Amino acid sequence: MKWDEFFVTGEPMIYAAMVSIVVVSLAIPIALTYLKKWNWLWKNWLTTVDHKKIGVMYILAALLMLFRGGVDALLMRAQTAIPDNGLLDGQHYNEIFTTHGVIMILFMAMPFIIGLMNVVIPLQIGARDVAFPRLNAVSFWLFFAGAMLFNISFVIGGSPDAGWSAYFPLASLEFSPTVGNNYYSLALQIAGIGTLLTGINFLVTIIKMRAPGMTLMKMPMFTWSVLITNVIIVFAFPVLTVALALMTLDRQFGTQFFAMQSGGMDMLWANLFWVWGHPEVYIVILPAFGIYSEIISAFARKNLYGYKSMVVSMVAISLLSFVVWAHHFYTMGHGVMVNSVFSITTMAIAIPTGVKIFNWLFTLRKGKISFTTPMMYALAFIPIFTIGGVTGVMLAMASADYQYHNTMFLVAHFHYVLIPGTVFAVIAGFHFWFPKVFGFMLNEKLGKLSFWFITISFNVTFFPLFILGLNGMTRRMYTYSESTGYGPLNMLSMVGAVGLAIGFILLVYNIYWSIRYSPRDNDGDPWDARSLEWSTHSPVPEYNFALIPTVNKLDAHWFAKKEGKPLTSGTYEPIHMPNNSGLPVIMGAAFFFWGFFMVFSWWTPAIVFGVVILGTLAYRSFEKDHGRYISIKEIERTENALRGEQHEN
Amino acid sequence: MKKKWIALALFSVTAILLAGCDNPLLIFDPKGPQAREISSTILFSIAMMAGILFVVYVLYTVVLVKYRASKLDDDYEPPHEEGNKWLEIIWTAIPVVIVVILSVVTVSSTSTVEQKSVVYADQEPLVIYASSSNWKWHFSYPEEGIETVNYVNFPANRPIEFRLYSYGPITSFWIPQLAGQKYAMSDMVTSIHMSADVPGSFMGKNSNFSGEGFAKMEFEAQSLSDEDYKEWVHDVKTTAPKLTEDEFDKLLKAEHLGRKTYSSNHLEFKPAPEGEHSGHHHGGSDSEDAQQHEGHEDMNMDGMDMSHDE
Repeated sequence: MKWDEFFVTGEPMIYAAMVSIVVVSLAIPIALTYLKKWNWLWKNWLTTVDHKKIGVMYILAALLMLFRGGVDALLMRAQTAIPDNGLLDGQHYNEIFTTHGVIMILFMAMPFIIGLMNVVIPLQIGARDVAFPRLNAVSFWLFFAGAMLFNISFVIGGSPDAGWSAYFPLASLEFSPTVGNNYYSLALQIAGIGTLLTGINFLVTIIKMRAPGMTLMKMPMFTWSVLITNVIIVFAFPVLTVALALMTLDRQFGTQFFAMQSGGMDMLWANLFWVWGHPEVYIVILPAFGIYSEIISAFARKNLYGYKSMVVSMVAISLLSFVVWAHHFYTMGHGVMVNSVFSITTMAIAIPTGVKIFNWLFTLRKGKISFTTPMMYALAFIPIFTIGGVTGVMLAMASADYQYHNTMFLVAHFHYVLIPGTVFAVIAGFHFWFPKVFGFMLNEKLGKLSFWFITISFNVTFFPLFILGLNGMTRRMYTYSESTGYGPLNMLSMVGAVGLAIGFILLVYNIYWSIRYSPRDNDGDPWDARSLEWSTHSPVPEYNFALIPTVNKLDAHWFAKKEGKPLTSGTYEPIHMPNNSGLPVIMGAAFFFWGFFMVFSWWTPAIVFGVVILGTLAYRSFEKDHGRYISIKEIERTENALRGEQHEN
Repeated sequence: MKKKWIALALFSVTAILLAGCDNPLLIFDPKGPQAREISSTILFSIAMMAGILFVVYVLYTVVLVKYRASKLDDDYEPPHEEGNKWLEIIWTAIPVVIVVILSVVTVSSTSTVEQKSVVYADQEPLVIYASSSNWKWHFSYPEEGIETVNYVNFPANRPIEFRLYSYGPITSFWIPQLAGQKYAMSDMVTSIHMSADVPGSFMGKNSNFSGEGFAKMEFEAQSLSDEDYKEWVHDVKTTAPKLTEDEFDKLLKAEHLGRKTYSSNHLEFKPAPEGEHSGHHHGGSDSEDAQQHEGHEDMNMDGMDMSHDE
């Protein structure tokens, strides 16, 4: 392979990206050395097994990926804003919509949600950490390795260009001969293993580590949603693992599972992909429902209406999510019977989802609604997501889908589901739980300003796409001619996209502003909220709870405040905590290099790093690490300091 | 409260767009029975969905107006409500009814558009094989023994059955004003039924992303009056060159082509992947030989079609 094939060349934008990557990757170590922060970084962050810090790292990485995916989106909108535009060529555009999809779903939405899960779940169930803290660090570093591997494809070797669904035979070696889709299969494989481990970890955590008295039906709704989500992860991700492994074999080892010759089946890939891909949609949407349930109930100052039916409907959604996958390809030519069955199962999902919408509305009814930033996102979610929901029902009708399929109508629909659903939820959750983690609040004024920018611009960006779709504009077209008449609405959509970008810039500015100027007078429960995470200090001490609370009902913290009865009793005892470990980050690095060399089929170094991965596993098997104890004295010191700080202000 | 107004504004914008302007949206401007069936199915579903949106938006507005903290007494304490069995049954049952209604509509319209329209029940469909390759469409007429590239002519007021397959990535054959779309794949043949009520020219395209040249993979579908169609076929047969296997291989390799017309078709030497040629029954390189035989059967079938036509 020649150097000019190794590096992507010929595009000014890519050279600029290369320069910025080099600058950033030099600037970080230089800054760390100058500020003498290497040790701090290693001890406090890279080797941490603390669920809160891992959660923060997930969210930071997700914000970074939101930036990358957002730039992709802006480029796409800019390219299609006017007919016959020459900003990007076809190949470049194809790479950009592929990476936009993959990054936004797998490296932005999922890690953001897993990040919030990490921060909140142990606190919400009154636990001191997750069930397997070190495995949790492994999950994060595998996700991070996968994300970085996927991103360097932009400058080294070329990005995948067969769409985020990578349909065969288009994604086969025959039609996609660059290494782009090797990046796809390997980066997703590595990150996917991390996600699967997260699924197992949180399943065990929620089943086994709840505070005394917290029965399943007394769990906060976010915990319920995460429990169900992780069940879906455990069932759905192995399908992705297998599909990606077959893809790697097809592309790099000459097998013919999905190829056109020798009886390979292109439809098999589509089926495997969506058997994972549809549950994946619910993996990112159910926790969002949980976040909204917490926020709506907290700021309506009322318990969640219809708790039981909320749980039942999530269970129903999770089951249905596995029997609807063929609605992604009604047009593949299976008969009326198959399409009808999948139409009905798909429409059936609207029933439990509708139940949830009405329960939220009735939680608000008779409430006392205060319009905080997180609440405003939750309130905007209801009307906007309902549009996404009803258009979903329309798409579920097989005959009608013959006209919507592959059009901008579909694109508008899933953005109307995923943005008010998942993205608004993670931003709302970010504002809501930020003071819990850092001990100070994000600025409300800036928060609301960015809220208005994001919500209005979102509708301006995506509503026109419904109309374009009904007018026959297909997705993934890098250009169109003026005679189609698609120009004006695409331009409108571009204007909205710029507004969205401004909204997100304001959000990031808010983080910066609040770190510098926000008052540090947090008392641990700034929103006067309901669940257990608000019963401990902010910022949360590493052991979470000095004394484990005892729970006798849902919203126990709320009732404890009202009735003046504390949730904890007894005296401090030494707390057993896990030790930090450098092994997960080393393993993540080894996976990154293994993946990189695998992408280029450079077998020797790939084998070497494969051995390193196995070595880290073997080392762990023989390692004796029984954790450590935090002494009573240290607990007292920490607790007094945290309490003292509050009194001082 | 701005949200509500935005939502309402957007909603009325759609209503206006759908209610008819001079240039109706392509999907709502059908020119054949299949597309008309889908168009009315979509309009029906939009009406139902508008009803649902209306209920949700009214509830939402009332709740947000009535129960905002700024409008309530400082000492107002929201009640503790576990839920209400009957309300919850109602908002489960009504969606169930809606889904049942939509299911009936879906099953019936899906089976309607998946076959020859009842309007033309007395006519045998004209079979045209449409195959895609990067990034073109080949149309083979077994009945007439001709072939075109990137345009297709057929008689109006007659059922047409397109049989679809691909010499490469999955593509989706779509003439929005005549029918919904269907995938064309390399290892099997799918079929799609449509007819045009009037002579006219319609935009057809591949709607499924298939690589670099995808955006330009369009073709013109033209329905002609019976005489015009017969005259066109006659012209093609007398003036166009024969399609040889070499020429066809060249066509497959070319990335973009204009229109081409031939007085013979590729089905004779490269039959479609159906029946014995389907991708899922054979496993070796000998398939090439097997395909040589199957050609005859296709031709026999074509003969039958022709006799019906007359």
